[in-house]
Parts: sequence; C-alpha cells; structure tokens
Amino acid sequence: MSNNTTKLPDGVADSIKIEVAARKKESRQLLLISIISVAIFLFLWEFAVRIGWIDSKHLSAPTTIVETFIMKLSDPNPEGGVLGTHIATSLGLVLVGYGAAVVIGVPLGLLMGYYHTFDKLVSPIFEIVRPIPPIAWIPLSIIWLGIGTTAKAFIIFLAAFVPCVINSYTGVKLTPAVYLNVAKTSGASTWEMFWTVSKNYAMPLVFTGVQVALGNAWSTLVAAEMLAAIAGLGYMIQQGRLLARPDIIIVGMLTIGVIGAILTFLLSKLENHIVKWRSRS
Amino acid sequence: MENQEIKVQVNHLTKRFGDLLVLDDVSFNIKKGEFVCIVGPTGCGKTTFLNLLTRLIEPTEGEILIDGEPADPKKHSISFVFQEPSAFPWLTAQQNIEYGLKIKKRPAEEIAAQTEKIISLLGLEKYRHAYPHEMSVSMEQRVVIGRAFALNPDLLLMDEPYGQMDIKMRYYLEDEVVRLWKATGSTVLFITHNLEEATYLAERVLVLTNKPAKIKANIEVDLPRPRKVSDPEFIRIRKEITEMIKWW
Ligand SMILES: Nc1ncnc2c1ncn2[C@@H]1O[C@H](COP(=O)(O)OP(=O)(O)OP(=O)(O)O)[C@@H](O)[C@H]1O
Ligand SMILES: [Mg+2]
Repeated sequence: MSNNTTKLPDGVADSIKIEVAARKKESRQLLLISIISVAIFLFLWEFAVRIGWIDSKHLSAPTTIVETFIMKLSDPNPEGGVLGTHIATSLGLVLVGYGAAVVIGVPLGLLMGYYHTFDKLVSPIFEIVRPIPPIAWIPLSIIWLGIGTTAKAFIIFLAAFVPCVINSYTGVKLTPAVYLNVAKTSGASTWEMFWTVSKNYAMPLVFTGVQVALGNAWSTLVAAEMLAAIAGLGYMIQQGRLLARPDIIIVGMLTIGVIGAILTFLLSKLENHIVKWRSRS
Repeated sequence: MENQEIKVQVNHLTKRFGDLLVLDDVSFNIKKGEFVCIVGPTGCGKTTFLNLLTRLIEPTEGEILIDGEPADPKKHSISFVFQEPSAFPWLTAQQNIEYGLKIKKRPAEEIAAQTEKIISLLGLEKYRHAYPHEMSVSMEQRVVIGRAFALNPDLLLMDEPYGQMDIKMRYYLEDEVVRLWKATGSTVLFITHNLEEATYLAERVLVLTNKPAKIKANIEVDLPRPRKVSDPEFIRIRKEITEMIKWW
C-alpha cells in the first residue's frame, strides 16, 4: 500500500534494460561519427595549408598550431609571456570581476525580488544601466580607473553583474504563494520566509544566471585586455595580430575556449551539488 | 465531550473582497481536541475561512479567538495543510517534517524526537532522504501532513488534503489522519467536498451554505472508531448531511 514509488513489474524492468543498452550503443556510434568527421576536417585543413591553397600567413596548419602550443608552454617569445602566465593573468582578472558580480549581484537580485521598497528603490537605476553593453563602459572605466587591472576587472564585473541580478530577482518573484504561506502559518518572520523559502526556490534560476554571467565575463575578457596589458589571453591574441602570427592567435583562442568550457563544467558540478533537489527528466 | 474547554471561538466573522461578500456573520466554537469537518459547495468561502483563521488575510468584521486570544500564527501553534501540493521541493521528506519545528526554534532533541515519531507513524523511514520530485503525489501529501502534525499544533487546518487522490489512497490516508490525531491530541479542522469522508472522520460536521457562506447545520457524528461505511448508523448520518445540501 505504502510502497508505491519504486517497485516495477519484472517485464517493465527488462524492457528498460534493453532500452538502456540500445541507447548506449547508439551513443557510441554517434561518438565515432563525430570523431571521424573532426579527423577529416583537420586533415583537409592541414592539406589545404601544406599545398598552398590557404596562405599560411592567414591560417596556420593544425600541426603548426600544436607545435606553437607546445612551444608556448615554456617559451615567452614572441609576445612576451608563456601560456601559463597568460592563463593565470586572465583567470585572475575574470575571477575578480566575475566573483564580485556574483557576490554583489545575486544578493541584490534576491533582495530586490523579495522586498518591494528595495525593488522600487533600485529597479529604475538598474533598468537604465541594464541595456548598456559592457564594452561601452570601457571609455568611462579608463577615465575613472585608468588602464590597470581594476578597470579591466570592472568591465568584466559589469558584463557578469546583469544576469546575476535579473535571474535572482526573477527566481524570487516566481516563488509560489503556497510555499510562502506554509512558512507564514508556521510562524516564520518576513526574513525567515525569505531565507527558508524564496532564496531556496530561486536557486535553480540563480544558477542559470550565474552560468550566463560566466559566459559573459569570459567573452568580455578579450575586450577588457585590449586596455594596455602585458599579459593575458586577450593580450596574446592582440599581439598575435600585430606580429602576423595566426598560430599564436589560434592557440590563444583555443585556450580561451577550453578554459571557458572547464569553468562552465566546474560550475555545473557545483550547481548539481547545491541544487540536487531539482528534478531532472 | 460536553464540558471540554473551548479552543477556537469564531465571532460574527464577515469577509468581503471589494463588493463580493464571501462570509456572512459566521459564528461557532471548536472544542479542544475536537475533529471538525466543514463541508460546503465549491467557491463558497471555505479556503477564505481558513486563510482568515491563520491571518493570511484580515477579516472585514468579527474576530477569531484561540484560547481566548486573537489568532496569531506567531503566538499560536497552527498548522495548515493547503489545498495544493506544498512540500518544499528543496527539502527531503525528513527536512520537510522538521521545517515547522525549526521555525518555532524548538530544542534540537525535541526536533529529532518529534521528527522520528512522525516518520515512524507515517512509515516513511525508507523515504526520509527522498526529495518531493522523487515521490508520488500521495507520498508528498503524507509528508505535508506529517509536517503539519509534527508541530503538535494547537490547531490543525486541512483544506481538502485528499482532493487529488484515488479512493484507495484516500481511505488509507483518512485512517492515517485519525491515527495522528489520536496520537497527538491536536484539534483538527478538516475541509472536504466528500460527505462520506466527513462522516468517516468528524466528531462534528459543519455544513456551509452557498456563497455568501453561513452555517447551515451542525451535525454531531457520535460513532465509535474505526467506523464502517456500511454501518446503518453511518449511512443514516451521511444521508442526513446529504439532505442538508440537496440545494447545492
Ligand atoms: N483574494 C481574493 N480576492 C477576491 N476574491 C476572492 C479572493 N479569494 C477568494 N475570492 C473569492 O471568494 C470566493 C470563495 O473562495 P474560496 O477559495 O474561499 O472558496 P472555497 O470554498 O475554498 O472553494 P473550493 O471548494 O473551490 O476550494 C470565490 O468566489 C472566490 O472567487
Ligand atoms: Mg478552497
């Protein structure tokens, strides 16, 4: 009577097994097809550069890119820093700007969503600032903060701030009244209702915002590092252009891509840990 | 039952939403430890009445006293099982049951003991760490009912808690709620559309009229438990209530 969630009849269990096995096989085949198509693409690319269809001043061959990558692990030439330095500089910048955006933006959005007066107070300013693209802030940032690390982190902050606020705000606003009423009738104070209900209900949306913010932050990096830099992945790309070295540019681009993907992955791990109550179907 | 103390006193309660009169001068008492069912047509103001009791909304006129004082969820221990599913999806079964106790800042030992008691009364041991999305609707509702009883509330309000459930699960949960009521000695106010359910559960049934709601009848159900729906006396009382509401 009480045991109505887990037990399945044997026939059903068997057919689920067969279905799962079939899906696994299918996904292995798809993986194989993907690998083959990437291999063909790389081969054609290499071939086109080698026989001179593509000028190597415009695009380097994949093997050259791999060589440059290996070289850049230890050799600071030609643009003045090893890859590790660039990565560390860029990561530092993004983590400061992005970290500040999350730490300020999420609580701000949550409170704006919960407290009407706070909402009325902050919303108008926020609505004006919101549609301005982050890179449009670069000139003002230079006037205010110079061209150092602070200015760059500020631009990244702005890029990440907006989605953090909006999603947290929306998450709280969408809290179903019945959950708040459960808290209220249990005798919860206004703050306890926020802390034990709205904040938790908003968490999945907060994480969506925090993910979007990470993407924004990371992609604003190149623009931010256009401000006089001496290291960083954005700087590396810029230098690659000045030195007419497409291999350097591509190594920089790929590094940006891979690190972005890693950060996104780590964040989604954290999300799965914190929001483990969310149903995934 | 005669000389028991009065738990809830409803005096001339009236509620309007703008021009819409929903409750019209309703007065009655509920005794301590009593199990009262309220039946009434759809949209007559049952949920509104419970919302007034818990101060989710304010009355237009009249007052509600609990133990002689104006009802106040901060002061009185009131639990509410809402009409719609209300287990917190971010808490496990056990954490949901603990919720009210934690809000009331009961001592840790009491929270643990009370939660264990409810979990074992409801047979939820295997599911204590499950989240609502991993449960069936009826399982979730049991958690919600457990959460409500865990507070040992002075007053437990249940708003059609079994509305969504099939008949088998309904019978089972009806027995369960009676068991919890007996075990905890709470005062229960249970709203339902189902007259058989009301006759099965209640010591007293309040029949409401169409909107604006007034009390149409007050029927004592003095049957021994466990009750049998096939018992002639049971059938007689159910028919009596049915007669009261022919005009629905
Ligand atoms: N906040 C509100 N503002 C305006 N009208 C309301 C409000 N809440 C309820 N009503 C109206 O009051 C009447 C009674 O509603 P209520 O939800 O109390 O009925 P009910 O008896 O619980 O109905 P049901 O059997 O469907 O649960 C309805 O006509 C409803 O439209
Ligand atoms: Mg209702």
